[in-house]
Amino acid sequence: MINENSEVILSVHDLHATVEDTEILRGVSLEIRAGEIHAIMGLNGSGKSTFSKVLAGHPDYEMTGGQILFKGEDISDLEPDDRATAGIFLAFQYPLEIPGVSNRDFLRVAYNAHRKAQGQEEIDVFDFDDLIEEKLEVVKMNAAFLDRSVNEGFSGGEKKRNEILQMALLEPTLSILDETDSGLDIDALKTVAAGVNQLANPHNAVVMITHYQRLLNYIVPDYVHVMANGCIVTTGGKELAERLEAEGYEDILAEHAAEVAS
Amino acid sequence: MSTSNPGAAPKLSRQEQRNAYLRSLLKSAQSQSFKALPLMQLRSQAAAILAEHTFPSTQDEEWRFTDLKPMLSVPFEAAVGLSKVSPKLLAAVSMPEATARLVFVNGYYNAELSTIDQLPAGVIVGNLAALTDRELEEQLSNRLARSSSCHDIFSSLNTAGFQDAAVIWVPRGQVLEQPIQIVTLSVADDEPLMASPRCLIIAEANSALTFVEDFYGTHERDYFTNSVTEIWVDDGAAVTHVRLQREGAGTFHIGRTAITQGRDSRYTTVPVTLGAQISRHNLEVYQTGPQTDTNLYSLTAIAQSQLADTHSLIATNHPHGTADQLHKTIVDDTARAVFNGKVWVPKNAQLTNASQLNRNLLLSRRARVDTKPELDIVADNVKCAHGATVSQLDTSEVFYLQSRGISAEAAQRLLIYGFAMDIIDRIPIASLKQSLTANVTQRSLS
Repeated sequence: MINENSEVILSVHDLHATVEDTEILRGVSLEIRAGEIHAIMGLNGSGKSTFSKVLAGHPDYEMTGGQILFKGEDISDLEPDDRATAGIFLAFQYPLEIPGVSNRDFLRVAYNAHRKAQGQEEIDVFDFDDLIEEKLEVVKMNAAFLDRSVNEGFSGGEKKRNEILQMALLEPTLSILDETDSGLDIDALKTVAAGVNQLANPHNAVVMITHYQRLLNYIVPDYVHVMANGCIVTTGGKELAERLEAEGYEDILAEHAAEVAS
Repeated sequence: MSTSNPGAAPKLSRQEQRNAYLRSLLKSAQSQSFKALPLMQLRSQAAAILAEHTFPSTQDEEWRFTDLKPMLSVPFEAAVGLSKVSPKLLAAVSMPEATARLVFVNGYYNAELSTIDQLPAGVIVGNLAALTDRELEEQLSNRLARSSSCHDIFSSLNTAGFQDAAVIWVPRGQVLEQPIQIVTLSVADDEPLMASPRCLIIAEANSALTFVEDFYGTHERDYFTNSVTEIWVDDGAAVTHVRLQREGAGTFHIGRTAITQGRDSRYTTVPVTLGAQISRHNLEVYQTGPQTDTNLYSLTAIAQSQLADTHSLIATNHPHGTADQLHKTIVDDTARAVFNGKVWVPKNAQLTNASQLNRNLLLSRRARVDTKPELDIVADNVKCAHGATVSQLDTSEVFYLQSRGISAEAAQRLLIYGFAMDIIDRIPIASLKQSLTANVTQRSLS
C-alpha cells in the first residue's frame, strides 16, 4: 500500500559492501515507507542476498561505503541483535538448526530480548505459552514443533513457516524475506504468503528477495526492483515482475546497459 | 652400562623418584586404614600389586596425555577423620529427591550429615565399618575388590588404604523409585591431604536403583582424591548412576568406576566432570552374560588450565549386547580434555550392537582435545559405529540468534547450553538437571 505521506522506514543511499575483500554491493539506493511491500529480484550473484545480510548486520559482510538509515537513525555501527530489537527482521533463506535448544525456549528468549530492549518486563513461561499458541495460527503450525530443537529435522517448508512464526512473534517494523519461497511446495507457499499478508499493515514494511515471480502472485508488491552487479538497475510495479517472468532477465538488463551507455 | 650411556642415569633416578613417591603414598594410606579382619588379605594383595609397579609417567601408553608429574612434588598424607564439618557445605549438594544420603568427608563416614532412616525393608545403605553382621561380611567379601577392573595402581592404592566405604545393597526384586545420594566432601587442611573414597553398589537380580555420586569440594588447596566405585548389576537388574565430579580447583582426582553386568541387565551412567586441576575417570564395564544394555553419556566442561581425562572400556564377552556411548566435552581457555574409549568385542560377543561418539566443543583457540577411540572387534556378525568431532561455536548460528535480538554473549551461552543439554537431559533428577544447567552455562565464557 503506497502512501506518499507515511514514515520513511528504510533509507539506503549508495551502499557499498564487500565479502572477503570482494565488492558485492556497488551503490544500492532504496527508500521504503511504512505500509509498502517491495520485491527485489535478480539473478544469482546479483547481490540481493548480500543486501539482506548487510541490512541485518552479518559480521562476514563489511559495509565499505554509503549509508543505511532505519527510521531516520544510522544503524551501520549497530550489532545484529540491536538492529533486531530496533525492528529489523531477516527471514533466512536457510534457517539454521540449533540442536539441544527447544524452539519454545528460543522463541521465548528472543521475545524477552525484544521486551527488555523496549524497557518492558520479561514475560514468564506460562504467559509466553499462551502468546505463542496464538501466533501458531498465523502459519498454521503444529504446536509439537515448539518442543523440538530449533529447526532440527524440520522439512524445508517447516523451517520457512518457523521463520514467519518468529516474524509474527517479534512484530518487526521491517521484514526482509530472503528467498522465503525457495524450496516450498505450492501449499506451503500459500500458507507462508497468507501469514505474511496477515502481518503486513500500514505501520510496517516488507522486502521480499526472490528469484521467481511465483511468490508475488500471493504477496503483491507495491514496487519491484531488479538487481544486477550489485546495483538496483530498474524499478517498477508488479508488471515488471510479470515481464521478467515472461521475457527473462536478459532483455531488461540489456535495456539497462543501453541506457547507461547512452 | 650407565657410564657408556650418560642419559640412562637421570632417567633411572626419575623412575626411582616415582617409585619412592608411590611407596610413600602407600605407607601413608596404610597408616590410616581400619583393620577389619576380612579386609586384611585384600589389602595385602593390593599392596603386593603396588610393589610391582611404579607411579605412572607419560611414557606409559595409558597416561600418555595426562602428565601426573605435578603431583610428585606434593607430599600427600592420608586424611584423618574430622570431628566437625559445617553443614553449610552440604547446602550446595542438597538433592531433595534423595530417599537416603550418605555423606563421607575425606573418605570418612559422617553419620550426622547422613540420612538413612527412610529406606524400604531389606535395602542396606550405610558405611562398611559399621556393617558387622557376619553373614553380610561374608557376602560383601565376595564382591569387594572383586571387580575385573580394580587392580591397577591407583585402585590398588585405594584398596590398600581406604578408611571406610559406602555400601548400597538392593536385594533381589526390590525396585527403588527414589534416588540414593552419596556425597564425598573434600575438606582441605594445612597439609596436602589424600582421600580414598570407596563405594560398593550391589543391585541383586531384577532389582532397580538410581544413585548419585557427588565428589564435591570448594577449596583451592593441594588435595588428592583417589576413589574406587564398584557396581554389580546382577541378572535382570537396572542401575542408573549419575557421577558428579566438582572438586576444588587444586585437586588431583583419580576415580575408577568398575561395573560388572549380568545377563539381561541394564546400566546407564551420566558422569559430569567440572572440577579439579587434573582429573582422570576410568570407567570400565565388564559383561558377564548375554543381552546386556550399557549406556554411557558423559559431559566434561572445563576452563582455565584444567585437564580432564576420561578413559572408558566396554568389555563384552557374550552375544546380543547393546552399548551406546556419547562423550561430550566443552573446553575453554587453556584447558585440555583427553578421551580414550575402548570397546572390546571378542569372538563370543556376536550380534553386539555398539555405538560410540565423542563430540568436543572448543571455546578458545588455546583449548585442546586429545581423543582416541579404540575399537577391538573380533566377532564377525556385529554392528559397531564410532566417531569423534571437534568444533567451535558456529558463527552463523550465533548470527542467527543475534538476528532475533539475542545478544552475542547470550547467543553463545544458548549454543553451549544446547550442546550440554544432550547429556544433562539424561539425568533423571530434576533438581540436579537444573543446578547443572546453570553451572555449565555460567562457567563457560566467564
